[in-house]
Amino acid sequence: MFDLTGKNALVTGASGGIGGDIARALHAAGATVALSGTREAPLEALAAELGSRAHVLTCNLSDAASVEALPKAAAAAMGSVDVLVNNAGITRDNLFMRMSDDEWASVLEVNLTSTFRLCRGVLRGMMKARWGRIVNISSVVGATGNPGQANYAASKAGMVGMSKSLAYEVASRGITVNCVAPGFITTAMTEKLTDDQKGKILTQVPAGRMGEASEIAAACLYLASPEAGYVTGATLHVNGGMAMI
Amino acid sequence: MSDIADRVKKIVVEHLGVEENKVIENASFIDDLGADSLDTVELVMAFEEEFGIEIPDDAAETIQTFGDAVKFITGAA
Repeated sequence: MFDLTGKNALVTGASGGIGGDIARALHAAGATVALSGTREAPLEALAAELGSRAHVLTCNLSDAASVEALPKAAAAAMGSVDVLVNNAGITRDNLFMRMSDDEWASVLEVNLTSTFRLCRGVLRGMMKARWGRIVNISSVVGATGNPGQANYAASKAGMVGMSKSLAYEVASRGITVNCVAPGFITTAMTEKLTDDQKGKILTQVPAGRMGEASEIAAACLYLASPEAGYVTGATLHVNGGMAMI
Repeated sequence: MSDIADRVKKIVVEHLGVEENKVIENASFIDDLGADSLDTVELVMAFEEEFGIEIPDDAAETIQTFGDAVKFITGAA
């Protein structure tokens, strides 16, 4: 099950904890992976760890021209892009009343607009191949909201609506578009939280623990697999029961 | 019939799975040949590749019939 031998996958934000594990999972299932991110060193380290079938493509997702070029570079490196995982994301938290236009716009640009552009960039090849998998990494916050994260929550909810619309349009071509919505996952970002903050968060999680990046990766692997061909427009919540939606 | 028209017709027949004799000058891709809106996007992509041309979106919207396609490509190729 979940064999991706011969498939080529582009993963953004592969220098981060979740993105790195997504790339590892797809690679372990046989896929060739293109690792994208802003920082080259961790991407090169991951590529070295994976060995063969791994390409490094640095890209600044806040730069429109770089984003437009990424699908082409990935197709040139691997031959095609059969699986796209839009995992890269940033936060610029602030109280709503204090949030600047720049904080709003930069989060929407990187999280939502770059996802739109990358989806558009890979569709031509997927349409011709009559096969494609797009997995957009949303967030539980996109469904529940979170104080201080109006921009981030809007971008993550926007991904869900965008994914569903695209899913409608391309379903007849063998292309599925889904979201994975992580809850609280152990990453560099959540490592910064104090034990007190973590404790408070965990009281809201029925599973009683933080999730692991590998558990997000497993959800992505499923949605990227041939077996998930009848699943499209869905959001798979991976949050330990924190929000049962 | 010109070489361009023959090549365009071949693409339309293959892509939409229609009889060659249905692909006439005024045949509308959507109304007469059963294409959906995504098919028309795919046809334009196929024309671009076959003829090595770029068909901008605003021009693509004007290509509604087989005749439109041949006319546009003849002008662009």
